[in-house]
Amino acid sequence: MKVYADNAATTKISKTALDAMMPCYTEIYGNPSSLHQVGQEAFHAVRDAREMMAKCLNCDTDELYFTSGGSESDNWAIKGAAHLMAKKGKKHIISSKFEHHAVLHTLNALEKEGFEITLLDVYENGLVKVEDVKNAIREDTALVTVMYANNEIGTVQPIREIGAVCREKGVLFHTDAVQAVGHIPVDVKADNIDMMSLSGHKFHGPKGIGALYCKKGIRLPNLIEGGAQERNRRAGTENVPAIVGMAAALKEACDNMEENTKKLVAMREQLINGILKIDASRINGDRDHRLPGNVSACFEGVEGESLLLYLDLAGISASSGSACTSGSLDPSHVLLAIGLPHEVAHGSLRLSICEENTPEQMDYIIEQLPPIINRLRDMSPLWERIQNERK
Amino acid sequence: MEYSEKVMEHFTHPHNVGKIDDADGVGEVGNAKCGDIMKMYLKIDNGIITDVKFNTYGCASAIATSSIATDMIKGQPVSEALKLTNKAVVEALDGLPAVKIHCSVLAEQAIKAAVRDYYDKNGIEYDEAEFHFNEEHHH
Repeated sequence: MKVYADNAATTKISKTALDAMMPCYTEIYGNPSSLHQVGQEAFHAVRDAREMMAKCLNCDTDELYFTSGGSESDNWAIKGAAHLMAKKGKKHIISSKFEHHAVLHTLNALEKEGFEITLLDVYENGLVKVEDVKNAIREDTALVTVMYANNEIGTVQPIREIGAVCREKGVLFHTDAVQAVGHIPVDVKADNIDMMSLSGHKFHGPKGIGALYCKKGIRLPNLIEGGAQERNRRAGTENVPAIVGMAAALKEACDNMEENTKKLVAMREQLINGILKIDASRINGDRDHRLPGNVSACFEGVEGESLLLYLDLAGISASSGSACTSGSLDPSHVLLAIGLPHEVAHGSLRLSICEENTPEQMDYIIEQLPPIINRLRDMSPLWERIQNERK
Repeated sequence: MEYSEKVMEHFTHPHNVGKIDDADGVGEVGNAKCGDIMKMYLKIDNGIITDVKFNTYGCASAIATSSIATDMIKGQPVSEALKLTNKAVVEALDGLPAVKIHCSVLAEQAIKAAVRDYYDKNGIEYDEAEFHFNEEHHH
């Protein structure tokens, strides 16, 4: 059996999105900036896509800018807001310890420029406390940036409440909503969001396309200079097929969200219950405030990369936050941020499912996991030590 | 990052997995914090390594290097086993990704630690230089 359970990494493009895109390669291939009819058709395609997406997010069309993806949107919003507010003498930024690297590394770069960064604790349950945001805001705070949902452990942050605190204090608020948009209800107005990053390929749209929502009145300096595209704010010829595909995917995801959520939550709980039957296992992150499709687990005495590769041989695609898969010597900063010891964090496994998965596939994963874990534990000196300590 | 076929072969079907209860030398290197521990068991008869087993906690390359390194020293004189370098282990595996080279170092160190344990247990004198690691494990 083949099971793709790495949807937080990327998703398969939906048929709806692909069908919407194809004519943009074969017929509507013009440049939206061209005044002739072929160009105007492309212009209209981009305009319609923007309208469609604005409706899904509850914003105005002129508050939505197409970018190359989540990382660009994060870079643009954070660097832009920082530089905008620095002119008013505000050089303090608040974020959380377990943001995506697109945010954390951007903040590192700003720190080198002289900005002061406060990274909030996310506690054992993987949730930022609204009180902590409130207490961290200072006179010179330029920006608060907290992710909507964590990419690794799937915890959903109290964004609306954090946004309300920022509004009250008059501080700009950005959220990296790459894992949330298309998966849980996101409403930029109700959620008090000033800027929001999103990425097409996380909700069955194409790769290499994303968007930044930027509330009217916030004059972010440009990140990409050049032509007059995106109302002079983001240069570069529009990736028309990708924009059209992303919009179609988002609409489909939002239209089916209620139904998908029910299905996903049932499968997620099925997986979690099966995993917790395995000796010395744990689920990471809050059990209630989490994405419908995210399961993050740790198995003691087992190293994540080995687990991941044995699962792959069994036809199951998953991911891990072990050092060996992060390309560094430390396990994922997310798992360390929620207080896991290194040796436990090394044994992490992330299964991220989508509505195309089936309960039978969940059964298959639950059936395949124990023998693989036992095999690895049988040859693990660490597991031997854990067993001896238990005695 | 990509693993060679050889690495995948040794990872999926590792040789010499297990323990030797009456081992003549046992060596353990690495630590849980870094995500890899290698433990080698040697059976030595007349200066020849007649049997070798390993237990490893770690990634695919840690398991693969343990497997191939144990193959390489089985049946060899102890003096030859001490000459095994991490470089030879990497070559035997048709290469390792740069970030995984430390796993091969671990394999070399585990063998040396097991031999040293054998020497210590049997009161055999040795030259410290023989246990000089060719490359520091960078953990």
